[in-house]
Amino acid sequence: MYDFAYHRPKSVADAIGLLKSKPEARAMSGGMTLIPTLKQRLARPSDVVDLGGVKELAGIKVEGNNVVVGGMTRHADVASSAEVKAAIPALAYLAGHIGDPQVRNRGTMGGSVANNDPAADYPGAVLALNATVSTNTRKIAADDFFKGLFETALGEGELITGISFPKAEKAAYVKFPNPASRYAMVGVFVAKTASGVRVAVTGAGATVFRVKAMEEALAKNFSSAAIKDIKIPADGLNSDIHGSAEYRAHLVGVMARRAVDAANK
Amino acid sequence: MTAATGIGARVLRTEDKRFLTGTGRYVDDLPLARATYAYFLRSPHAHAKIKSIDISAAAKMPGVVNIFTGKDLVDAKVGGLICGWTVKDKHGEPHKAPAHPVMAVDTVRYVGDTVAMIVANSHDEAKDAAEAIKVDYDVKPATIDLATALGKGAAEVHPEAPGNLIYDWEIGVKADVDAAFATAAHVTKLDLVNNRLIPNAMEPRAAAADYDKGTGNYTLWSTSQNPHVLRLILSAFVLGIPEHKLRVIAPDVGGGFGSKIFCYADETMVCWAASRVGRPIKWTAERSESFQTDCHGRDHVTHAELALDKDGKFLALKVETIANMGAYLSTFSTAVPTYLYATLLAGQYTTPLIYANVKAALTHTAPVDAYRGAGRPEATFVIESIVSKAAAEMKIDAAELRRKNFIPSTAFPYQTPVALQYDSGNYPPIIDEAMKIADYKGFEARRAEAKSRGKLRGIGFSSYIEACGLAPSQVVGSLGAGVGQWESAQIKFNPTGNVQVLTGAHSHGQGHETTFAQLIHDKLGVPMDQIEIIHGDTATTPFGMGSYGSRSLAVGGSAIMKAADKVIAKGKKIAAHLMEASVADVEFENGVFKVAGTDKNVPLGQVIFAAYVPHNYPHADTEPGMDENAFYDPANFVYPAGTQICELEIDPETGTTEIVAFTAIDDFGNIINPMIVEGQVHGGIVQGVGQALFEAAVYDNSTGQLISGSFMDYTMPRADNFPSFKLGYKVTPCPHNPLGVKGCGEAGAIASPAAVMNAVHNALAPVGVKHVEMPATPLNVWQSIQGAQRQAAE
Ligand SMILES: Cc1cc2nc3c(=O)[nH]c(=O)nc-3n(C[C@H](O)[C@H](O)[C@H](O)COP(=O)(O)OP(=O)(O)OC[C@H]3O[C@@H](n4cnc5c(N)ncnc54)[C@H](O)[C@@H]3O)c2cc1C
Repeated sequence: MYDFAYHRPKSVADAIGLLKSKPEARAMSGGMTLIPTLKQRLARPSDVVDLGGVKELAGIKVEGNNVVVGGMTRHADVASSAEVKAAIPALAYLAGHIGDPQVRNRGTMGGSVANNDPAADYPGAVLALNATVSTNTRKIAADDFFKGLFETALGEGELITGISFPKAEKAAYVKFPNPASRYAMVGVFVAKTASGVRVAVTGAGATVFRVKAMEEALAKNFSSAAIKDIKIPADGLNSDIHGSAEYRAHLVGVMARRAVDAANK
Repeated sequence: MTAATGIGARVLRTEDKRFLTGTGRYVDDLPLARATYAYFLRSPHAHAKIKSIDISAAAKMPGVVNIFTGKDLVDAKVGGLICGWTVKDKHGEPHKAPAHPVMAVDTVRYVGDTVAMIVANSHDEAKDAAEAIKVDYDVKPATIDLATALGKGAAEVHPEAPGNLIYDWEIGVKADVDAAFATAAHVTKLDLVNNRLIPNAMEPRAAAADYDKGTGNYTLWSTSQNPHVLRLILSAFVLGIPEHKLRVIAPDVGGGFGSKIFCYADETMVCWAASRVGRPIKWTAERSESFQTDCHGRDHVTHAELALDKDGKFLALKVETIANMGAYLSTFSTAVPTYLYATLLAGQYTTPLIYANVKAALTHTAPVDAYRGAGRPEATFVIESIVSKAAAEMKIDAAELRRKNFIPSTAFPYQTPVALQYDSGNYPPIIDEAMKIADYKGFEARRAEAKSRGKLRGIGFSSYIEACGLAPSQVVGSLGAGVGQWESAQIKFNPTGNVQVLTGAHSHGQGHETTFAQLIHDKLGVPMDQIEIIHGDTATTPFGMGSYGSRSLAVGGSAIMKAADKVIAKGKKIAAHLMEASVADVEFENGVFKVAGTDKNVPLGQVIFAAYVPHNYPHADTEPGMDENAFYDPANFVYPAGTQICELEIDPETGTTEIVAFTAIDDFGNIINPMIVEGQVHGGIVQGVGQALFEAAVYDNSTGQLISGSFMDYTMPRADNFPSFKLGYKVTPCPHNPLGVKGCGEAGAIASPAAVMNAVHNALAPVGVKHVEMPATPLNVWQSIQGAQRQAAE
């Protein structure tokens, strides 16, 4: 790890102030991605702004038809939240299957979504549930948020303050874990919400994506049989020692069918 | 002796209190005043010429104390690292022995090869300075893929080994085997890869050294499985520090699995540099360094053929193997694919003729050496895979074919055609018991039920034998070993009756402090809490060979028993004097000396006290004190054997394999602590299943970069990958050691890859899959099913 200055602000305003005044500063939520990156000397921030002391960022609230999760909310808190379990059990399930207990007790929703690792689980939920990402300056629709490999719509010094998830009529997440890292090699989140049916795939591509053909078929008939013949092209999907692009393409189909079955249970 | 804590009792491990409460003392925990910290700059290339190394900027960095490169070692006339086992090739020529400089001089030969050592006031400063070292590399083509390493045009790793061939070795008479094949009713052929593994001990390798300028003494703390052997190598071959001036201490060590047997560049450098720096030096490998630079294991490409008569009797076995040595020959690398591999190819069977040819090849990858089982897992995998394949081809039940060919219990001692003489064993009751516990009869019903859920269920056997308890010195000497393989023990009583038992074996997870104490408790009647087992320090323990090859109990435990016999013999003399009886009439039982047929007795504690306060004492023929030592050189190897049965289910849609039941019945001879034995078997099975389903060291074939270089890509087996294991024992005591014990440390890992892969093949046979290589990852299994479907469609 290279040397850096450490800050622990108490408010979003102070955090933003620090991030803006130090061009090489980085925000830190759970540190589950940032700290390993620093340890491997892959990043060299001048300052680390720890959001752990910003109380307003953590917590879960139900606002009308939405569940709003603060940016600093830990995975373990989402997994065990009575509100989340009641409104969107699939989201609690997803959170409970990220990494291991240590990671779930440190890692946060804001950090995970901001980082937009292609193999992360949360982006699937954000996109499938048509969630809205709130930052210190604006609200961003899920469809506009995930831009590419580790790339999002967030600007310099912009922080995720919370994410608002509409309640789902039906939803499920099925993950095929990478055997080694247990991140998602392919994760499929299917959701039927007020705005329709969405199928979001994480792990398989450079960033989370929707499968429109499946969405259309499921809108007509929300059953796994409705999508059994839909093939996903392997072109452009990730390929590594754990899964070829063809294998991932195949798994998208399998996980999607299993997710629909689970959502119908 | 007392059932609660003696031989055969499930005594909780004495050492666990400190391990579980975080009070163990590992090398990295050492508080050394004025310590400096070392960091090693490693090669980023698989093969390159070093045109120049510029340390000038780095040397000026904050906190830097010293920087060493390969040239400094050449100037100081430091020797190279050694390979301690000379294997003679099929023409009787010793193997090619390329130079192994401690740090690269003009060429780097694998990603991770050591290029420079930076010593600084802190680890981070050393690392900062490493980034400022400018190395000008001329990158050359590299040989990575084992299958082509010996082929024409493969880049040469060392000029001393033309064509990358270290040796072309054979055992058995090829013509005889070929003749037997000509008469065979059936020949089963098999091509397989024994996948390369990375050991991943929980504690990474570490070293610390201190040089005492006043006395000229060096102290090296090292995560070693064999501190005396490390000292011998460093003294006699590499650094030239006289043995009595070098003390090696291996304190608590967190796992080794073989990878901490060897003498590496890192501890060598830390030791050497300590006197130059004039301050203690500490070094602990980072996890990524462990992945790149710990010796890897396995890595064979093999073709095997088994000849059978029409009834399924084995007539002959023929095996051709290419074994990867990596870029340099590590300490025992040459012996692993020869004397620890091909000599095991008889397995549990009466196969009368065996021929094996092994070619050892160099590649531009990390050195490969012994890893849990070392050679024996590779042998077992060949035999047990081809036997199951033959059974399937000949439509004979896999258990039946094995039973038909087992060495009968009346045939021991049994001379195999591949040098070893098995001392004892009784295999049929083992497989019977395993089949009963695994409910083999009920398997087809379970397979049908699984099919109704869309799952492919399979069952697989592995009946293994291993030779361990390394080793009769004369035998290994005649095969080229550079050392003897006896073990030592010293039993040192204190005047107050408690006892220190010093052993040359080394515990790095095995629980010696408990098992060895049970031996003393059982034999001498000393309470467990009055016994201290001491190991791992060349200054305090007698010279010993350390722990590997499941040798600690069979060889080290036997030495302890011999020393205990001496304690009893001397005690009898003292007791006879105290009881005014004749020595011949004195018996020793349960910690008490008695005069036979009388009620006269004197407890051991009183005898010990008399030995140290010899006021009333048989001075004429007995020295004071009670401090006995013994060396034990085994008459033969020991031969644990057993049968494992793995039952698993494959999800054909995803290729995922789930182990649903796992049975292991072992013959480890007499068992001292069943709980510890079970722990060893559990861990062994998990490592073997890891090889079969999860683990693979993967290099990029063109660049030589280690793709599986972290736990993000190297799949370690985890607890939730396993069901509860069903274990059992059958006992045929070892006839030639005083405890009647065989080894248990490697068995699980030796047998399980074949059990799992036979089950995988059994499960996939109905969908037309012929062969799946290890590891049977979801991707691999799914692709195999796709391939079979494509073939069926064509
Ligand atoms: C062993 C291990 C296993 C894991 N397994 C999984 C898994 O199975 N599935 C999965 O999805 N994830 C997994 N993770 C990742 C983990 O879940 C974390 O969510 C993830 O590392 C990021 O969250 P964090 O809070 O730790 O972010 P940090 O590490 O603190 O930050 C990550 C990045 O986001 C930025 N950032 C942080 N907070 C904000 C914010 N509020 N607004 C804007 N930018 C911000 C930081 O500057 C940094 O660039 C795993 C991690 C580990 C270490």
